[in-house]
Amino acid sequence: MFDLLQKLGHKTLGRFAALGRSTQMLFGALVNKPNFKKGTPLLIRQLYMVGSQSLLIIMVSGLFIGMVLALQGYTVLVGYGAEDSLGPLVALSLLRELGPVVTALLFAGRAGSALTAEIGLMKATEQLSSLEMMAIDPLKRIIAPRFWAGFISMPILALIFSAVAIIGAHLVGVDWLGVDSGSFWSIMQSQVSFQQDIVNGMIKSFVFAMIVTWIALYKGYDCIPTSEGISKATTETVVHSSLAVLGFDFILTAVMFTS
Amino acid sequence: MAKLVKKVMESDLSQSIVEIKDVTFSRGDRIIYKNMTFNIPKGKITAIMGPSGIGKTTMLRLIGGQLKPDAGDILFEGQSIPNMSRKALYAARTKMSMLFQSGALFTDMTVFDNIAFPLREHTQLSEDLIRLVVLMKLQAVGLRGAQDLMPSELSGGMARRAALARSIALDPELIMYDEPFAGQDPISMGVLVKLIKSLNQVLGLSSLIVTHDVTEVLSIADHVIIIAEQGVIGEGSPEQMQNHESELVQQFLKGLSDGPVPFHYPAPEYSEELLGVRNV
Repeated sequence: MFDLLQKLGHKTLGRFAALGRSTQMLFGALVNKPNFKKGTPLLIRQLYMVGSQSLLIIMVSGLFIGMVLALQGYTVLVGYGAEDSLGPLVALSLLRELGPVVTALLFAGRAGSALTAEIGLMKATEQLSSLEMMAIDPLKRIIAPRFWAGFISMPILALIFSAVAIIGAHLVGVDWLGVDSGSFWSIMQSQVSFQQDIVNGMIKSFVFAMIVTWIALYKGYDCIPTSEGISKATTETVVHSSLAVLGFDFILTAVMFTS
Repeated sequence: MAKLVKKVMESDLSQSIVEIKDVTFSRGDRIIYKNMTFNIPKGKITAIMGPSGIGKTTMLRLIGGQLKPDAGDILFEGQSIPNMSRKALYAARTKMSMLFQSGALFTDMTVFDNIAFPLREHTQLSEDLIRLVVLMKLQAVGLRGAQDLMPSELSGGMARRAALARSIALDPELIMYDEPFAGQDPISMGVLVKLIKSLNQVLGLSSLIVTHDVTEVLSIADHVIIIAEQGVIGEGSPEQMQNHESELVQQFLKGLSDGPVPFHYPAPEYSEELLGVRNV
């Protein structure tokens, strides 16, 4: 019993220490005088690596999720003669929940794991140490542009995801299953609120972007610089950020959508 | 004139670029150094040698300010490295550079951009001037023709030479080499030995080499420090070290398999263990 308590205490202290180190890393990376001349090219490169290169998986996933959502929604709604409400059903599901959450999960798997592996390998091959020895702070040179790239690109990817998914839903619902196109768009327009649905979905996306990118960068920066350590850190990035996204999604939904 | 030259040489030998003063450093419960003291002379090639796992690379990280000693002081040009502010430490690091064992070239940049990197970060030179400086550095290490290659396209020896070119890009006062000859074929090793010697002479910098390769380093070093048992066990010129009275120094320099550093890892009596296995 005493051993169990001791282990539990040790693990808890370890988690708090890791949280402290990760906060210190993020603080060191973000709190500084901005240098736009040097920072902008680094940010643009990372926006390409983290954002643009995730476009394909986001768009393809969005298309299929929209198509499946329309198919499932139609099957249920047609029983009540309410198939005209397919538009708002799909749009609200995507803008409030599926868009931000699925994008964050895909982003964690595609870009988050890549960030962890890249930084872990930079640590293992002493590139981070060599930056330090060249009097260049790796937090500002390596961590900061990657963090901002993730923070900026994920909400945009979530919007693209939702837009493509709605097109997918239109293809299945209107072009295949015969829902009236005018009803599909007009009821969607009247039921979707910019403030309540789109803005809240964007806020969720920004929160998820911060969480996923922070976890991915910290796991890489703090990993044991061996092949096993990097592999473990990459797996932890995907698992921890997925769980964190789902947990925070519940909290944010409770705050935003319950009156 | 001869007197003047002698005086200059004597003053050179007495000047130190780095002073290690009573440094104690430990990792967890394991003490790496205990009250270690030595100096690294200015303008000379100093070799730090010792058995594996003794903390030679740790010493370079302590001098570079990446680690802090538990006690004692490390002076670089008379300034205390452990007590410096971050800004002062970064300013001091622009005067020193380190050649890492892996080379540590940035894998997403060409050889040219790797060498231009510290110049672009720390100077206001125009791109035309940076190009000239980079080409001069690449010429010095014989890799001008490889400027457009990516690090993954270089052999191990070429990568180390490219990293050497990067480490001299800002004309530092001290270069620290971490196992520069490890894993090199005889030709690459010969090239590196020649480069380290010639760079030291031509650029007038101070070199600190951490290595196991006794023959190579003794051929170019002016000063040798041998570390073992948490401290310095021998220090002097290569000739003095060859004739050193310590058995440990002789075991290390001659590469003897047994001696003060035992061949066998501590274990129970051989016969007892064999009999124990039979009884089981």
